[in-house]
Amino acid sequence: MADIAESLAEKQKEISVSEFFERNRHVLGFDSMPKSLITAVKEGVDNALDACEEAGILPELYVELKKEEDNEYLIVIQDNGPGIVRKNIPKVFGQLLYGSRFHAIRQSRGQQGIGISGVVMYGFLSTGRPARIVSKTKGKSAATEVVLRIDTKKNRAEIIKEDVLLWDEVEHGTRIEVHIKGRLIKGKQSVYEYLRRTAIVNPHTRITYVENGTKYIFERATEILPRSTVEIKPHPYGVELGTLIKMLKSAKNRKVKAFLTDEFSRVSSSVAEEICRKAGVDPSKKPAELTPQEAKSLHRAMNKVRIMAPPSDCLSPIGAPLIKKGLKNVMKEYKPEYYVPPVTREPSVYRGNPFQVEVGIVYGGDLPKDRPVEILRFANRVPLLYQQGACALTHAVERMNWKQYGLEQKGGKGIPSGPAVILIHIASTRVPFTSEAKEAVADIPEILDETTKALKECARHLRLHINKLQKKKKTSEKFVIVRKIIPEIARKSAEITGNPVPPIDRTITSIMGVLWVDDDAKYSKNGYDVSVKVINYTPKRLRIPLYLDIEPEVVESMEPQAERDGRGLRYDLDLQSTEELDIKLRLRLEKGEYSMDIYTDKINPVLVVGADPLPGDWDIEAEKVIVSGAEVSGDE
Amino acid sequence: MSEQSQSEAVKELEKIAEDIYRQIKEGKIPEMKIPVRTKNNIVFDIRHGVWKYGGNFGKRSAKKLDGAYMLLRTLYILDFIKEMIEQRKSSTLREMYYISEGWNEAKFHAQDESNNLVEDLEIVTRYMREDFKLRPEEDGARVIGNITINETNRKGVKKRINCRDDVGDSGYTIPYNVEREKIEFLDVDADFVIAIETGGMFDRLVENGFDEKERAVLVHLKGQPARSTRRFLKRMNEEMGLPVVVFTDGDPWSFRIFASVAYGAIKTAHLSEYLATPTAEFVGITASDILNYDLPTDKLSERDVDALKAELSDPRFQTEFWTSEIKAMLELKKKAEQQALAKYGLDFVTDTYLPEKLSDMGIL
Ligand SMILES: Nc1ncnc2c1ncn2[C@@H]1O[C@H](COP(=O)(O)OP(=O)(O)OP(=O)(O)O)[C@@H](O)[C@H]1O
Ligand SMILES: [Mg+2]
Repeated sequence: MADIAESLAEKQKEISVSEFFERNRHVLGFDSMPKSLITAVKEGVDNALDACEEAGILPELYVELKKEEDNEYLIVIQDNGPGIVRKNIPKVFGQLLYGSRFHAIRQSRGQQGIGISGVVMYGFLSTGRPARIVSKTKGKSAATEVVLRIDTKKNRAEIIKEDVLLWDEVEHGTRIEVHIKGRLIKGKQSVYEYLRRTAIVNPHTRITYVENGTKYIFERATEILPRSTVEIKPHPYGVELGTLIKMLKSAKNRKVKAFLTDEFSRVSSSVAEEICRKAGVDPSKKPAELTPQEAKSLHRAMNKVRIMAPPSDCLSPIGAPLIKKGLKNVMKEYKPEYYVPPVTREPSVYRGNPFQVEVGIVYGGDLPKDRPVEILRFANRVPLLYQQGACALTHAVERMNWKQYGLEQKGGKGIPSGPAVILIHIASTRVPFTSEAKEAVADIPEILDETTKALKECARHLRLHINKLQKKKKTSEKFVIVRKIIPEIARKSAEITGNPVPPIDRTITSIMGVLWVDDDAKYSKNGYDVSVKVINYTPKRLRIPLYLDIEPEVVESMEPQAERDGRGLRYDLDLQSTEELDIKLRLRLEKGEYSMDIYTDKINPVLVVGADPLPGDWDIEAEKVIVSGAEVSGDE
Repeated sequence: MSEQSQSEAVKELEKIAEDIYRQIKEGKIPEMKIPVRTKNNIVFDIRHGVWKYGGNFGKRSAKKLDGAYMLLRTLYILDFIKEMIEQRKSSTLREMYYISEGWNEAKFHAQDESNNLVEDLEIVTRYMREDFKLRPEEDGARVIGNITINETNRKGVKKRINCRDDVGDSGYTIPYNVEREKIEFLDVDADFVIAIETGGMFDRLVENGFDEKERAVLVHLKGQPARSTRRFLKRMNEEMGLPVVVFTDGDPWSFRIFASVAYGAIKTAHLSEYLATPTAEFVGITASDILNYDLPTDKLSERDVDALKAELSDPRFQTEFWTSEIKAMLELKKKAEQQALAKYGLDFVTDTYLPEKLSDMGIL
């Protein structure tokens, strides 16, 4: 017996993490040729954006994909981030589970410390070629160049070449070059699509993408960096027993009570006392001296006591204005008729981890009408392209009844169909993915709930819009009746009977009975010519205000003159029954930028077609968002 | 269709325009009332023995887009008719449809629309489209039999025609106007009229000499018969005292052909007393014939089944004979053509089938 045990022990070698992942590379997202390329780009882009944002730099990314041999590509990812100091380069790129974020509780794209080294490893495994890294930190005159591969047995970098080189065109930044086996495809799961979606939720980023010589540029839509996130201490609700024991062992505090208040967020001294009392642990005992039994009851008590939700400044949502900007920036080609006001939910908590859900919907225009809607999923501003069916964000869409919101849905379940795109973003200090490849969000009840609430809130606006369209269609039929047919009927009946043409005002007002507002905009030469027709089809004289929700700054000319009011313009209407007013505006706006809501006040809203009641926040200036020449361009 | 009736028709049409004019002048939304033209609004007129429109009226209002278009078109048609009468011209329904191309907002998008609107005007004014100088296309239904008529031709000359001896194999063609000023019945030497659905069967009866052998007048219906064909049948029945029998295929559509000859068509129920021959009898193929004569059949299509079911709730078919035959056909799930009788030879229809049925009816 002893012999067998010994010979077994001889064979029991330590399996290094690298070796493990070499055998299980699907876990890292390298399970197919097309996917390998996207995963590699994604890991590099995630890191670049994380690094830039942390350093407060507006990201400027360069991504290149070049076919070298059959199914072999060179991938270049370059950023203008803070750079990586020389001694860390081998660890970052050559050692799995090395990262700065694993223990930090704040929102970032990277979570695990395996992303980029996984790419280097897979590149080496699939092509036998090492990776080249060039990095330059601020203030340095030269950059470091390292060529390396991973020794999977030792989980360590094997440096092939290290050098110093001049890299004058950048002040600071990192450039990675890896060779990798893969296949380039088009469509929904392509590198291009990944970058396009990245641009939607990172409107502060400029991305240049060169695919086999073809260059695409995703311009910035804003100069504002996302709010920088604050690192927080773990919340008691989220901590696992093993982690707690480790923390206790290494604690420098003298007393358990102080340990609890110092090492966790939202634990006041009274909360700490309550935890100790519930756990039957002496609050003044030394943390390192707790028995395993005591640690266990402490853990249990921590999850039982009522504790405030974790602070949310560790999260950085995109925010409604930028979601809209980001969507507009990349959806232009479909000329959507409506960008539903995006919804950003208040932060919430699952298992002690703060998270926040955002939803945006784009509707109409050239989007396909009879296909399932497209769902754009994002986690911490990273697009999720795979495993749509396994993702909580999708499940939240599927379990909603969309018919009541104006979209088709067979059997009242599943992904709805119609001319719409639904964007869902979850931001969290720890996104609960279903696997290390970070492709789908796990079905956590709290996350499903919040997502559903956000979807419903957004969908309500969609329904209002669709209702408005239907009402408009009905009334535009009436418009044809009163503008074209009734005058003809009057003329013809007079002609046949040999009478003078009768006045038609009263007939027309009894058919319409509303104040009719209709706006029409045409783009020409760097601006829009807008005409707003207002006709009083009620039987009475109307003296009410009409508001145009447009920044007065973009108005080049208007006829007649309006008053500035709240965040836009105001006309004081005075129209007799059947009298009309034609308003002409010239707006300095980019193509696709036009959208102008029209409001009325002091009139029963059912008597108005084509304008909404004045919203309560009319007098509050809209959040200022800087507009730049946002354009997606592709050229050879 | 005298000058007088035409000018009275114009007066009636003007009344419609005056009504619309008055409504606008009073600030109302113009509308027009028209009887509902579906099987749910036909009632039996005991005095004439035919089915006519009942008292349900529908409103055609300018409040709705469709209604507004219809009112405008109505006015354009009125104007057009007035002008034709003034200029002593006439046009076909199809010509009017094409002329409406120039009516801007009022133009029609299909000829059915304009035909229907003319029928509406007939109903509202109680005049016929001939009074409006509108006529259908010549449809060329044919007659063969020993009946002699006087037709006033387009030069105003009366022509005496015997519909057996003075015509070729295709017979005498019924013109669209069969009123007295155009056609007079002079003499007849026959015992009954047989109206036949299909051209093939009409030719079979001609070839077999059925008209002479059984002393019959043969009339080809050409599917759903035109007004003039139905009017011609009715006049032969009323003025010459000839019984009429209708010989059709055995399917729901053929039953409707019979109903329109005998009881009046739903589309023209306002003219039923003028077009329908209430004493007409059915000698067409029935479900019982399919069984009794073991005829070759086709399966009822879904549309056939729906049509049969609709007939069960059509007031015109509420007789014992029809309800039992329709139900039998639904059960059988089969239909048959009249030419299926050829299974037993080309002479079977004239030697056996018709003589058997007609003597059952007491006609032979
Ligand atoms: N372009 C870069 N510029 C600056 N620092 C970088 C860059 N890329 C990586 N790093 C650093 O290297 C660390 C390891 O990166 P890696 O992608 O392996 O893990 P991660 O991003 O922390 O987590 P994940 O496995 O989820 O991607 C990062 O945490 C970051 O500190
Ligand atoms: Mg990473």
